[in-house]
Amino acid sequence: MKDFILELNHIKKSFGNTQVLKGISLSVKQGEFITFLGSSGCGKTTTLRIIAGLEQPDSGAVMLEGVDVTKIAPDKRDVNTVFQNYALFPHMDVYKNVAYGLKIRKVSKTEIQRRVMESLELVQLTDYASRKPSELSGGQKQRVAIARAIVNNPKVLLLDEPLGALDLQLRRQMQLELKRLQKKLGITFIYITHDQEEAINMSDRIVVMRDGMFVQIGTPNEIYDAPRTSFVAQFVGNANIIRGVVDKLDNGMAAIKLEETSSDCESYVSVKLSEKDNVHIGDRIAIAVRSENIQLNLEKGISAVVKEKSFAGGLLRLTLVLPNGKEVVASRHGINYDVEEGTCITIGWDADSAVIVEDRD
Amino acid sequence: MKNRTKIPNLYLALILIFMYLPIAIVIVYSFNENKLTAIWSGFSLKWYSELFQDKDLMEALKNSLILGVLSCFCAGVIGTIGAVGMARLNYKTKGVMEYLSMLPIMIPEIILGMVFLAFFSAISLPFGMTTLVIAHTTFCIPYIYMMVKARLVGMDPALLEAARDLGASEIRAFWDITLPLIMPAVASGSLLAFAMSFDDVVISVLVTNSRINTLPIKVFSRIKFGVSPEINALSTIMLSVTLIIILGIVRINKKNRGGNL
Amino acid sequence: MKKKSGLWLTVAPLYIFTIIFVVGPLLYMFVLSFCTRGENYETILEFTFDNYKKIAEPVYRTTFLQSIKLAFSTTIFVGIIGYPFGYFMAKLPSDKKKLMMALIMIPFWTSSLVRMYGWSILLQSNGILDKILMGIGITQKPLKLLYTYPAVLSGMVYALLPFMILAVYSSAEKMDWSLVEAARDLGASAWKAFWTVTWKLTLPGFMSGIVLTFVPSMGLFFVADILGGNKVVLVGNVIQEQLTKGRNWPFAAALSVILMIMTSLFIAVYRKVTGARELEGLF
Repeated sequence: MKDFILELNHIKKSFGNTQVLKGISLSVKQGEFITFLGSSGCGKTTTLRIIAGLEQPDSGAVMLEGVDVTKIAPDKRDVNTVFQNYALFPHMDVYKNVAYGLKIRKVSKTEIQRRVMESLELVQLTDYASRKPSELSGGQKQRVAIARAIVNNPKVLLLDEPLGALDLQLRRQMQLELKRLQKKLGITFIYITHDQEEAINMSDRIVVMRDGMFVQIGTPNEIYDAPRTSFVAQFVGNANIIRGVVDKLDNGMAAIKLEETSSDCESYVSVKLSEKDNVHIGDRIAIAVRSENIQLNLEKGISAVVKEKSFAGGLLRLTLVLPNGKEVVASRHGINYDVEEGTCITIGWDADSAVIVEDRD
Repeated sequence: MKNRTKIPNLYLALILIFMYLPIAIVIVYSFNENKLTAIWSGFSLKWYSELFQDKDLMEALKNSLILGVLSCFCAGVIGTIGAVGMARLNYKTKGVMEYLSMLPIMIPEIILGMVFLAFFSAISLPFGMTTLVIAHTTFCIPYIYMMVKARLVGMDPALLEAARDLGASEIRAFWDITLPLIMPAVASGSLLAFAMSFDDVVISVLVTNSRINTLPIKVFSRIKFGVSPEINALSTIMLSVTLIIILGIVRINKKNRGGNL
Repeated sequence: MKKKSGLWLTVAPLYIFTIIFVVGPLLYMFVLSFCTRGENYETILEFTFDNYKKIAEPVYRTTFLQSIKLAFSTTIFVGIIGYPFGYFMAKLPSDKKKLMMALIMIPFWTSSLVRMYGWSILLQSNGILDKILMGIGITQKPLKLLYTYPAVLSGMVYALLPFMILAVYSSAEKMDWSLVEAARDLGASAWKAFWTVTWKLTLPGFMSGIVLTFVPSMGLFFVADILGGNKVVLVGNVIQEQLTKGRNWPFAAALSVILMIMTSLFIAVYRKVTGARELEGLF
């Protein structure tokens, strides 16, 4: 009966003439860490606000432990939120901020004292209890916001891009801390971000959102290794999308002829078929290949011209132009890779490092 | 390079002298023993003692204080909850309504005085403290309303949502979050309104009867007929009060960074 | 639905108050301006244009023109003196800025009666100004400045200057001064940079200062009373006189309607020019 702690059933929401949520559904198990991943405007914040009760869906239902809470006001829901810009009460010190929810629930003074200090300890801020929010750093405010939410022991904790305002180093550190905290408390986390790294690092399951719809729901591995659509492949794995026509089917492998090329060119690539793939000769399909899986300087493969080299995040990225004029990106570790810009090389990839994706753009 | 900063500084100093000279004169001559300003005949506090024995002026002072406090209170309540409500309401003619509420500080005081005089006698409201309070409340509301509105605009709406999220009802969230945060604006708006009420002569003179006088009315009628050292003494005291009020506002704003004025 | 009605309750006092004590009286004034005055100074509900026609009579026309002239002169002087002040003030280092702000606020908050009183002592025949001027040897005998038109004008300027300064300052303070540097960097001369950048960006404050000066200067009858004796008569004085001594309310109402229309025009122009809804510098 109480299989799921949180269920969303066909939720739709429009603001004016734009439909921001187009009928989304999701079931979340107790203790799961779920991340909504998507770029801005995809509807992820609206979804969160609907779960919190700060927004009303036009249709559909929100179920908390099997009970329909769609019409219930935010103050009556066992759900707490960590807001994007923390929303700490500027006129209260850290202690009062954290104690606020308990005070409203008329918890006894000694109990408040105990629980507030306990949750401040969890976020390592016991020494800051009497500080005002204006006297805290960004990271500290973040921790107060978390403490203020978890002190109430919510059934579900909602986090709206909580690390968005922090610098990269602090963000990485907080990712680990948050994950640790979630495991320790066993509270279900619903986390919003537009950063795929964050999503992959922390989540049990990722919900990839686009244009008010869930594009794919799955574990980080599933999303990363088996993206369902070209969008997911590009957004999560920074994959190259290559389009072509199925030319041959052989032994669980497909040979694909690149689109817009003449036949005399070496323009065939291969992809390993998985069980779910149902392709026929002559189908137009798209495959996703991640940049690190593209092999360079092969004996046999397709020819490509090196257009540009750039270095970012410990990776050397090579922009390559295929015979059909389409660009792909290959990456290598380290800064030294002996390929000159403008030269023509032969590239390819292992058939099982490429996947067929739905292409609906 | 040096000249560049010298000219502006000189200019600022010059205008400041222009602004302070008359005020300084009033203060200095409040300590003059002689009744005539033309002659300085020695330091004296006699005008102060005469001032405190002047029943007429003391009565007017009392009226002005009562009037200021009452109208500030009424305007504070109406203006504050009005601004809070307006900030959350959204309808087509909201702008018009707001414009009408702000009219009293946009039109010349004499017109406001004129319409009150005509209107109060048309509805046969007896002139006196009641009419004074109504008139002053009318022009005090905009000051408080605007201050509170500015503060509300600067307030993060997520704060209220956070309070709701933590279990507070709408009323509780207003009480715990909105009210403490707009309090500095209410306070400085009220002080400004009080100062305006305490200073007003144009409207007051038209909406009161001959028995109830405010301090500005009395002061006006005396200085119309020339110099009166008692008024100097009174002005000096009023200046000190002004100074204290300004310091009060500075303190309020310092404690709650982000306030204006 | 319940939520909405609660909100309406919060604005109800403001609306009721505004409608009864602002809109009502203003409408009443409008109606009154078309009424007839009876034999015993009472007001009769009988439609007439006489009150407006009366304004065109030479006596009142002169007063009106004098008022407008004074208001314009006041505004011009206040603008010329106040703009540089607000501008220079905004360029001060921040600690000095705060001090300067306090120094402006004190006269701003000081009773205008007290300030006018001080001004009148200053201008008195054989008063301080005369003594100083004669002491330096600029003039030989007392100037008899008090109770003249220049006395009223200078008093008006003195009374309203802080409004202009605060309005210009608030505009200039918000300005991004690096824009001026950018203009200079792109080859504009100091003057050109001022005209194309600074002036344009401080215009809303300046315009607001003009409204804040012009509007009250039409009606500040006590300045004319204290500094002008009965030599300078403004619309404000006429209205006040018609209300109290003359007891011709319909006529006072007609004068007020005209004054009100002029004020509204002024504010409308301000809004048109700046696109702003609220006057800058007041809050």
